[in-house]
Amino acid sequence: MRAAVVVFPGTNRERDMALALKRAAGGRKPAMLWHGDAELPAGLDLVVLPGGFSYGDYLRCGAMAAQSPIMRAVKAFAERGGHVLGVCNGFQTLCEAGLLPGALLRNASLRFLSMDCHMRVERADTPFTSRFQRGQVFRATMAHGDGNYFADDGTLDRLEDTGLVALRYANPQGETPPEANRNGSARNIAGVLSPNLRVLGVMPHPENQVDPMIDGTDGLPLFESMAASLKAA
Amino acid sequence: MADPARAPLLSEDRAAQLAAEFGLKPEEHERALAILGRQPTLTELGLFSVMWSEHCSYKSSRVWLRELPTKASWVIQGPGENAGVIDIGEGLAAVFKMESHNHPSFIEPYQGAATGVGGILRDVFTMGARPVANLNALRFGSPDNPRTKRILDGVVRGIGGYGNCVGVPTVGGEVNFHPAYDGNPLVNAMTVGIARADRIFTAKATGVGNPVVYVGSKTGRDGIHGATMASAEFSADSEELRPTVQVGDPFTEKLLIEACLELMETDAIVAIQDMGAAGLTSSSVEMAGKGGMGIELDLDAVPQRETGMTAYEMMLSESQERMLMVLHPGREAEAERIFRKWELDFAVIGHLTDTGRIVLRHKGAVEADIPLAPLESEAPLYRRPTTETPKQPTLDAAAIPDPAGIEQALLRLVASPDLCSRRWIWDQYDSMVGGQTARRPGAADAAVVRIEDHARALALTTDVTPRYCQADPETGGAQAVAEAWRNITATGARPLAITDNMNFGNPERPEIMGQFAACIRGMAAACAALDFPVVSGNVSLYNETRGPDGTPRAILPTPAIGGVGVLEDVAQAVGLALPPGLDLVLIGETKGWLGQSLWLREIAGREEGAPPPVDLAAERRVGDFVRTQILARAVHACHDCSDGGLLVAVSEMAMASGIGATLLPAPEGTPEHAHWFGEDQARYVLAVPEAAPLLEAARTAGVPAARLGKSGGEALVLSGGRSISIRSLQEAHEATLPALMAEA
Repeated sequence: MRAAVVVFPGTNRERDMALALKRAAGGRKPAMLWHGDAELPAGLDLVVLPGGFSYGDYLRCGAMAAQSPIMRAVKAFAERGGHVLGVCNGFQTLCEAGLLPGALLRNASLRFLSMDCHMRVERADTPFTSRFQRGQVFRATMAHGDGNYFADDGTLDRLEDTGLVALRYANPQGETPPEANRNGSARNIAGVLSPNLRVLGVMPHPENQVDPMIDGTDGLPLFESMAASLKAA
Repeated sequence: MADPARAPLLSEDRAAQLAAEFGLKPEEHERALAILGRQPTLTELGLFSVMWSEHCSYKSSRVWLRELPTKASWVIQGPGENAGVIDIGEGLAAVFKMESHNHPSFIEPYQGAATGVGGILRDVFTMGARPVANLNALRFGSPDNPRTKRILDGVVRGIGGYGNCVGVPTVGGEVNFHPAYDGNPLVNAMTVGIARADRIFTAKATGVGNPVVYVGSKTGRDGIHGATMASAEFSADSEELRPTVQVGDPFTEKLLIEACLELMETDAIVAIQDMGAAGLTSSSVEMAGKGGMGIELDLDAVPQRETGMTAYEMMLSESQERMLMVLHPGREAEAERIFRKWELDFAVIGHLTDTGRIVLRHKGAVEADIPLAPLESEAPLYRRPTTETPKQPTLDAAAIPDPAGIEQALLRLVASPDLCSRRWIWDQYDSMVGGQTARRPGAADAAVVRIEDHARALALTTDVTPRYCQADPETGGAQAVAEAWRNITATGARPLAITDNMNFGNPERPEIMGQFAACIRGMAAACAALDFPVVSGNVSLYNETRGPDGTPRAILPTPAIGGVGVLEDVAQAVGLALPPGLDLVLIGETKGWLGQSLWLREIAGREEGAPPPVDLAAERRVGDFVRTQILARAVHACHDCSDGGLLVAVSEMAMASGIGATLLPAPEGTPEHAHWFGEDQARYVLAVPEAAPLLEAARTAGVPAARLGKSGGEALVLSGGRSISIRSLQEAHEATLPALMAEA
């Protein structure tokens, strides 16, 4: 897997993401790309937009990043069938860039939420989730002020009908009561796929649960899935 | 005749009047005039007043701070630089400091707290370290005071807003509530960074002609005379001081961190200093002063956010996210390229000279021309009068009746403001960013943060028990240091060094200065006994407010201690959550000391008596024993006994895992409430597979140890079949802060 991590001014989880990718890719470090670059390096299998506060998030979160030179290249990469993962601020950026539908609003509590959550895997036949079982629940850290997924009912119905909801906030038993959905996301949605299943946006941070010495390895299957799916490519 | 090249000098009357407004005492003003040999310009008077403010000069505290032990073989840099530096092995250094932002946080809680975090981060990355952890120590007024809610909410949002954005995890801290902080909340922020031990940057500027470079944000009119404001007590109209509070921009700080660390990979930098309190004034004076140089600045070149700024305003502005550097000649272009890449301002604003003077030019006139050496050597230094705090009587536990019973007292204690869950606060701080947080808030007695690409980890804590300091400042000072040492020990880490943040009232009152001196005495004894030197620190005085009747009301003496320890392998760390099926053993001696305990305050309604004594030799012996057991992998969970005593400690372990315990009865002769809630020091609760070998090892080591009970079940079970469900404890523990903050 040849992966690259995009760094915007204000990105702050690029190191976490690089460590997770490296761990899953057998020690191979991802390339770090700068927001001002207009082109991606040749031969990439995966582009990752990590978490943080791109451009300070002084406009809507991710709105400025979506207009950056490198995002034109990322969009073209996705249109050619490239794999793109956006986490947290990266998910917000994918929505702002039109690569995924919907938007991330302020958390329902109007407070920053930094805590563990659980997510249920809604489908395990994607390049991002193949090492999970369908219905499997895993733990991840969330750390965001704007993680409240929103789309109009028609869009939500279409996402559900076409199986593009990848992950849902759940309790450890796999049920999806409102208490498990701390940021207030529509239909407990935590992760959304593109129609070709090659772009994934996810709000919590599975990259913080990849190391048994730090906080367990609940998030590791996500990275191992990508490494396995993109190995041959 | 006036010199056309020099800015106008102030008349005698005007200078005296302004000096008083700026907080210079008449004798300090006289001393400034003697150094100059003439009347000052406005800018010069401003420079003297901020450099000689309490905040910048430590004029009331320096004579006492000298008594603190600051040396050990692992200390690379002690007090006097931007932050302390210690060797943590493998060629790595930990760089850390704690600093207060108390006065601004009362006036404008969000920005006050946010810029406190920003300032302490800069102190650490200035020295070449990547910040890896933030902690804080917070004190608020009574929960019943309607202001407390607003201040707590703003401070927590401010710390989170800044720390979360810069991407440095906030991993630990402490919070107390007491009416003594009603008008003077305390916000102490600590940053810990990691650097290569052979790549530490300092503020010592050398090399005549070397360029002086300004980087970061532009200079505006915010925070002018902030250092002076922080050196005065509050009166009823303090909120009118809001324009002296700075505004923070964590996004720019993040860029500044990355740009500075990128430039530090090269060898272009001679010296570097952040612009904190007193901004451009203190950074330029300190850099040139430390190197024994002169410095000449062209203020026209300073990047400015507002038009028409005067030299006085630029020199005293406390605009945030700015740094001053001295570069090797010819390296400007290389440095500028890095800062432009990060979209930050970069300007050569002057050069070093051999005159030993600071010379400031603006719009063709010399605005200031002051010799640097006397600015430091002649700085006021006061040995202010002290009076000893009267000793409190030792309370006889047997003479204090138990009005509530053990179960009710426990439920009330775990829900009390000083002991209730801090989850409402942690849940707003990103504690995981960086991917190295091995023990987050609430998981262990100290936060444990691994060093990237290493097995090695740091154990970090902040501690002080102000009510002990109030009752007996010497014992309280020793206890604060001992508790930090104990919390690090309880994770298995070796405690290495501390930073101190001394928060006190008005030093011109002998009883306050007496508290300060006695706290230092106690701290010094503990630092020496525990090999736990002070490597950096900060002093915040004048934390008091005059009531409507004119009587001053000071905070409790609060010498907050930030402790740093090291674990060779993060896998050695233990947490406090209680696993099932283990033996519980109490290490350390229990006499049932109720004086100044939380039980006495919360349950008996009395704040009195002498605080528990701190036997430093016992502390050392017990702690070294516990650490040895943890590193031998004999211990599955460990928690020290502090606020609330033994039963609260066991409850905290149980609440963390949801696993209960069955406990043996209190020994004959000790009143039950004193046994369970007394706050005797130097004690740890250990969970081990088998008590016998641990008790045997303790006997051999001469350390008091006693079987306490066995873990398991869903309740704490006391003698006589009394039982308290863990769920009811958790509910009481978790409910308090959310209920208090419900409408915030």
